[in-house]
Amino acid sequence: MTDLLDEAARLRRDLSDDVGDRIVESLYTDAARLAAESVDRDGAAARLTVDRALDRVLTHRVWGFVAMGVLFFGVFWFTIAGAAVPSDLLYTLLVENGHTWLRDGFTALGAPAVVTGLLVDGVYLATAWVVAVMLPPMAIFFPLFTLLEDFGYLPRVAFNLDRLFARAGAHGKQSLTMMMGYGCNAAGVTATRIIDSRRERLIAVITNNFSICNGRWPTLILMGTIFVGAVVPPALAGFVAAGAVVAVVILGIGVTLAVSWALSRTVLQGESSVYSLELPPYRPPRVLRTLYTSIIDRTLKVLRRAVVMAAPAGAVIWLVSNVDLGDASVAAHLVTALEPIGWLMGLNGIILLAYVVAVPANEIIIPTIVMLTLTLGAPAAGAAPGVMLELGDDAQIGSVLVTTGGWTLLTAVNLMLFTLLHHPCSTTVLTIWHETRSLRWTLVATLLPLALGFVVCASVAGLWRLVS
Amino acid sequence: MATPLPTPGVGPGAGEACASCALAPDAARLARLGLDPGRYSYVVALAGNPNTGKSTVFNALTGLRQHVGNWAGKTVARAEGGFSYGGVGYRIVDLPGTYSLLSTSADEDVARDVLLFGRPDVTVVVVDATRLERNLPLVLQVRQITGRVVVALNLVDEARRHGITVDVRHLTRELGVPVVATAARRGEGLSDLLAAIEQVATADDPPAPLRLTHHDPELERAVSALAQQVAARFPSLPNTRWVALRLLEGDPGIEAAVRDGTLGDLAAPTTDTAAEAAG
Amino acid sequence: MVMTLDELPRGDRAVVTGLEIRGGARRRLMDLGLLPGAAVHAELTSPLGDPTAYEVRGALVVLRRDQARAVHVEAHPDDEDR
Repeated sequence: MTDLLDEAARLRRDLSDDVGDRIVESLYTDAARLAAESVDRDGAAARLTVDRALDRVLTHRVWGFVAMGVLFFGVFWFTIAGAAVPSDLLYTLLVENGHTWLRDGFTALGAPAVVTGLLVDGVYLATAWVVAVMLPPMAIFFPLFTLLEDFGYLPRVAFNLDRLFARAGAHGKQSLTMMMGYGCNAAGVTATRIIDSRRERLIAVITNNFSICNGRWPTLILMGTIFVGAVVPPALAGFVAAGAVVAVVILGIGVTLAVSWALSRTVLQGESSVYSLELPPYRPPRVLRTLYTSIIDRTLKVLRRAVVMAAPAGAVIWLVSNVDLGDASVAAHLVTALEPIGWLMGLNGIILLAYVVAVPANEIIIPTIVMLTLTLGAPAAGAAPGVMLELGDDAQIGSVLVTTGGWTLLTAVNLMLFTLLHHPCSTTVLTIWHETRSLRWTLVATLLPLALGFVVCASVAGLWRLVS
Repeated sequence: MATPLPTPGVGPGAGEACASCALAPDAARLARLGLDPGRYSYVVALAGNPNTGKSTVFNALTGLRQHVGNWAGKTVARAEGGFSYGGVGYRIVDLPGTYSLLSTSADEDVARDVLLFGRPDVTVVVVDATRLERNLPLVLQVRQITGRVVVALNLVDEARRHGITVDVRHLTRELGVPVVATAARRGEGLSDLLAAIEQVATADDPPAPLRLTHHDPELERAVSALAQQVAARFPSLPNTRWVALRLLEGDPGIEAAVRDGTLGDLAAPTTDTAAEAAG
Repeated sequence: MVMTLDELPRGDRAVVTGLEIRGGARRRLMDLGLLPGAAVHAELTSPLGDPTAYEVRGALVVLRRDQARAVHVEAHPDDEDR
C-alpha cells in the first residue's frame, strides 16, 4: 500500500509547497459562492442594534468591568440571600427531626449501638447535612449562572480579559475553560480539549483548580455569611458576605494568571498559539427551560455525587471518632498530630483532617468539620455525636465553631483562602490523569495548589498574629 | 482486527429480530471508535460548526437534556443518544463542533474519523442560517466524503429576526441532498428533519460524494491522477477524490489508514450493501 | 487605502485583499470567514486594548493584534452605510 503514499509524495513534490492552502482556499471559495447565491441579506441589519448597544456597555473600558462585577456579585448575593430560609427548613426537617426519628426508630428496633452510630450518626447525618447545606444554594446558583451563560455573556468576559491571558502566556480559550471550572473543575479540565497546543493546555489544566467549583461555593458562602458578614451591622451583612466571596473569586483569577505566567516562563515555555473566539449574538434566555435543565442537569447531578461521597465519608468520620486507640479516638490522635501544621496555617487540626477525609468531594468539608468539632472539640464537656441535634441554622453552626472549636475571624478567612488554594478533589485528579496521561503533570496539578495554599495561609496567619 | 461475520440475507430494518445480527460488523467497527453498539438499525452522526444549535438539535431528537452553552467548543466529549422513528431505532452521535475536517485540531480528527471510518448511515450537518457562508465549508467537506447527508438549516427563526432569507431549493439542488429549515429551540421543522433522515437512511442509491473541481489546473491534474490510483487500489471506495486530496496534502490520519489497511476495510463491501445487492 | 487589519481604526470598514500567513493559522482565519473579498468592520476593542472584535458577514469575530496583522485589507473609510 505504501506505493500509493510514494505516488502522493511524488505528485506533491511537483506542486508548489502551498498545496494545502490552495486546496482549502478552493473549498472556501466554492462555499462563499454557494452562500452568495443562496442567501438574501437585503433586509438584514448587520447586527441587531440591541446587541450593538449591549456590547458597547458590556465591553466598555469602565462599564464593562463594572457590569462584570455587578453581575457576578448579584449572582452570589441572590444565592446567599435566597438560600437561607430553605436551608433552615431542610435542616430542621432532615437533620434535627429526621435524625431524631431515625435514631428513635433504630433504638426501638433494638439495633446495636455500633450499627446505630455508624448508619444514623455517620452515614445518614453526613448525607442529610450535605443535602440541607448544599441543595438550596446550588438550586439558586446554577440556574442564575446558566442564564448568564445562555444569554451569551461569558464569551464577552473572555473578550474583556483576553489580554491578561495573552500576557500570562496562556491560550485565549483558557478563560472559557476557567468559566467551566466555576461549575465543576473536572468539567473544566475536560473542556481544555478545545486548546490544541499541549503546552497551553497543560497550563489550563493546572490552573483550572483556581476556579472555585460548585463544591466549594457553599464553604465560601457559609464562611462569608457567619464570620465575615458578622463583623458589620446586620443591614450590611449580606453585601459584605457576598463581597468576601467575590474577593476570593477575583483572587482566584489573579492566582490563575500568576501561575500561568510563571509556568509559561519556566517549565512550559513556548509560543502562544492562535485561537478563534467568537462573540455570539445575545439570545433571550428561556427562563423556565433553563431552570429545568440546570436543576436536572447540574444541581441534581452534583448533589448525587455529593451524597454518594458523603455517605462513606460519614461512616469514616464516625469510625475515626468512635474507634479508640489507647486513651483517645483515632480522630483525636490524627487531629493532635495535624494541630501544629494547622496552627501554623491559621487553621486547626480538625480542618486539615476534614480535608483528608473529604478528598472525594469538597462539598462535605463543612459538615465534616462541624461533626469532628462536635465530637472532638470539647472533650471536657463530654459532648456526644448527638449534640449536633441542637444546631438549627447558620448562626448556630457559627457559635459551635467559635465556642467549641475555638474559631476566630482568622480561621474563617484562612479557610476561605484554603478553599481556593488546595488540592483538587479526587474526581478532578482522576480527570487530570485521564486528560494528560502523565503522572508528573497530575502530581504538579495536585500538589502545586496545596503548596500555594500552605504558603499563603501561613503568611496570612503570621501577619495577622503580628498585627493583632 | 475484527473479521466480518457471515452475512445473513436481510438488511437492516428488514426485521426487528435480525436487525442486530445483520449489523454485527458495523457494531464492531463502531465499538472500535468507542461508540456503544446497542440495538438500533441506523447510525446518525450530527456534525456542525460550534454555536449552531447542534446540541439543541441533539436534545430535540433524543429528548435528552444535555446542557447547551452559548459558546464555541462546548461539546468536548462526544455525546450519544437514541431515538426511534417510524418504528425503527436510530443511534445518534453528537460530534464535536468543528469548522472543518482538515485535521487541524483533535476535535476535527474525532469528527473526521467517525464520518470516514464509522460510516454513519446518515450525517446531519447542522448549519446556522444566519451565517451560512461560515458553515458551508464543513457541509462541502462532509459531502466530499459521503452522499448520505441531511443539512439542517437551523436558527431560521433568528435569521428571520435579522431579515435574512435563505433559498432552500437552490441549496438542495447545489448540494444534492435534503436541506431542511429548522428552529430547534422552538421545535420547528423537526418532523421534516426526521422524515429526511429516514429517507436518506433507507435510500438504496444515495447520491455520490461531491466532486469539487479545482480551478487550478495543475492541482486538478494531480488530484485526478492520484484519485485514479486510489480507485484502482480500493475499487469500491466511494470517495476516492477526497482521499486523494487528503493524501496530496499529507494528512497523517489518512496516510496511516492506507498503511495499515483500514482504508481497505472500508473498501470491502459491508454487510448491508451486500445484503442490498443480494435483495 | 491598503493596510493590515490591525491598523484599521475602530468603527471603520474594509475589504480583505489577502492573507499573509500559512498553514493552520491561515485556515483558522478562513474558518472565521476572512477570505479575500470579505467585508470587515472593526466593531469593538477589548477594554484592555487588545484583542479587537470584527464584524465579518454578520458574525463578531475576535482577533488578537498579531493575528489581525496577517490580514491585508483595503479600507473604505467613507463607505459608512454598507
